[in-house]
Amino acid sequence: MDRFVWSSGLLEINETLVIQQRGVRLYDGEEKGKMDVGILLLSTHRLLWRDHKNHDCCIAMPLSQIVLFEEQTGGIGKSAKIVVHLHPVPSNKEPGPYQTSKYSYIKLSFKEHGQIEFSRRLSEEMTQRRWEHMPVSQPINTSTTSQAGRTRAVGIVGIERKLEEKRKEMDKNISEAFEDLSKLMEKAKEMVELSRSIASKIKDKQGDITEDETIRFKSYLLSMGIANPVTRETHGSGTHYHMQLAKQLGEILLAPLEEQGGMMALTEVYCLVNRARGMELLSPEDLVNACKMFEALKLPLRLRIFDSGVMVIQLQSHSEEEMIASALDNVSEKGSLTSEEFAKLLGLSVLLSKERLLLAEKMGHLCRDDSVEGLRFYPNLF
Amino acid sequence: MHRRGVGAGAIAKKKLAEAKYKERGTVLAEDQIVQMSKQLETFKTHLEEFASKHKQEIRKSAQFRVQFQDMCATIGVDPLASGKGFWSEMLGVGDFYYELGVQIIEVCLALKHRNGGLITLEELHQRVLKGRGKFAQDVSQDDLIRAIKKLKAMGNGFGMIPVGGTYLVQSVPAELNMDHTVVLQLAEKKGFVTVSEIKTSLKWETERTCHVLDDLLKEGLAWVDGQAAGEPQYWLPALFSELCSRDVTPRRPVRWCPEQRVWGNRALPCNHPEL
Repeated sequence: MDRFVWSSGLLEINETLVIQQRGVRLYDGEEKGKMDVGILLLSTHRLLWRDHKNHDCCIAMPLSQIVLFEEQTGGIGKSAKIVVHLHPVPSNKEPGPYQTSKYSYIKLSFKEHGQIEFSRRLSEEMTQRRWEHMPVSQPINTSTTSQAGRTRAVGIVGIERKLEEKRKEMDKNISEAFEDLSKLMEKAKEMVELSRSIASKIKDKQGDITEDETIRFKSYLLSMGIANPVTRETHGSGTHYHMQLAKQLGEILLAPLEEQGGMMALTEVYCLVNRARGMELLSPEDLVNACKMFEALKLPLRLRIFDSGVMVIQLQSHSEEEMIASALDNVSEKGSLTSEEFAKLLGLSVLLSKERLLLAEKMGHLCRDDSVEGLRFYPNLF
Repeated sequence: MHRRGVGAGAIAKKKLAEAKYKERGTVLAEDQIVQMSKQLETFKTHLEEFASKHKQEIRKSAQFRVQFQDMCATIGVDPLASGKGFWSEMLGVGDFYYELGVQIIEVCLALKHRNGGLITLEELHQRVLKGRGKFAQDVSQDDLIRAIKKLKAMGNGFGMIPVGGTYLVQSVPAELNMDHTVVLQLAEKKGFVTVSEIKTSLKWETERTCHVLDDLLKEGLAWVDGQAAGEPQYWLPALFSELCSRDVTPRRPVRWCPEQRVWGNRALPCNHPEL
């Protein structure tokens, strides 16, 4: 930790911020630093850290100080860490939080995760070494002893060897995994080609396909994750799975919909349903495909798409005219309303209240006043 | 779509057609469907084997996930299309991304009143990580991007706008055209733009500039600081957190009016004489 210097935290000209991560604690070697948890920042030239409570407390270290780094996976009660091995302190270093240190490495402990991205970016910067050819106005104290000559601190060689072994082991595992993955993909590719052949035959009517076979084919496509190349009128792109799903939704959504005034945005429904499931979650497409079947299955729900592209589920009993009439009443009573005000009044989301007002406007009951202060609706007196 | 015809005459006609096809060596679609069913079973076995050896890899390695997704895309397979798909069921990729989708939606909803539905990928990443808690697994930005791509199916305007080397994630159905996007990209450096900056950098006339800025104000994506020295500054809340790290020294505190989304006193259209 004695490689760090006090810093204002301001970036120099030509120095760009690459990534930052909250919730990082610095370790001086194995010892927890006297610093608290803070924000770790990576720029093209330096590694910076700022205390999360006291923003004036900011330290920095040039990237040229870094020899190499390794990742340490977290575990139960242990955060993931990046161990950064450093060159010796340069003689002309400016004052910092630590005068001396018995360690030639520091650890970055990611208490709020983010180590994957940070590690990736750090790796990029260490490869590109942009600080070498992007001069900054205030010369950042670069380690003069380590540029040429490659002097290594004792022990670095051992660490490098260990890292190399670890890398080889990981590479072997990964390459085995990739090899198996490639073989698997070859087989999947055969399935894709077969499905394309079937689809074109269905189109060219080479053979007689029953409705049953079509449904079966669609379920095969679903299992493989192959886009359905043949669009069918009945059941849409739905399968038995989607039909079942639609019936389930028909039951579990009734109460929430009543509570929310008969209408819910599809994204809300997605969150609601998946949170309730906990496992074996629905994909967004599963949800959409199931909702498209409501009408065919004579369920009391409907999927509706507004002009703006917003998709909602609404109760079929939900009378459009009643909705619009009550919107008109509300607006008349208050003189005028914005979607935020209307939302507060009805306890609806702003998105849906806006759609309701727009609908009333479309029917000619309301007119708008569109200004930079916002969109306000008035009863239509024209 | 046809039904098999009934009646002796239809059956005979069909047998004739089948014979003709078989003669030409053409395989019928219905035969291929049977073939596919068998191949599917075999594939499922292979996938199970793969899963038993490498399922952990997918969970632990972001790099492996990227590789996996890219390979699927190359052969024309979408492993995230359905929770009922083999990939999802056996490798568990589905739950990983669908849950991430839920977390992304929740973060965007929570911040919408502040940033109008626009957020940087970095801020989204940070907040999602925070929400997932200490014991959850780390996710990369690539993971977020893939989850967001899937959310588009639900029509709520989820999209990504490239700015300055990263992305702005849009979660409202505001229609942002090229003009809006370009102004957002211009604003990315400092977090705000002015009319003259736009006119100088993009060579636009005043009317076009004001139209775009007014649009951004209306959508709640920009706030105007009418008390800035010189000319009004149009700030984007979506870019705020990035600025904190760069330590842009805030000017003297200005009163904020949340109803009118403006600092200073009033919201005024861009070319208002008072501004």
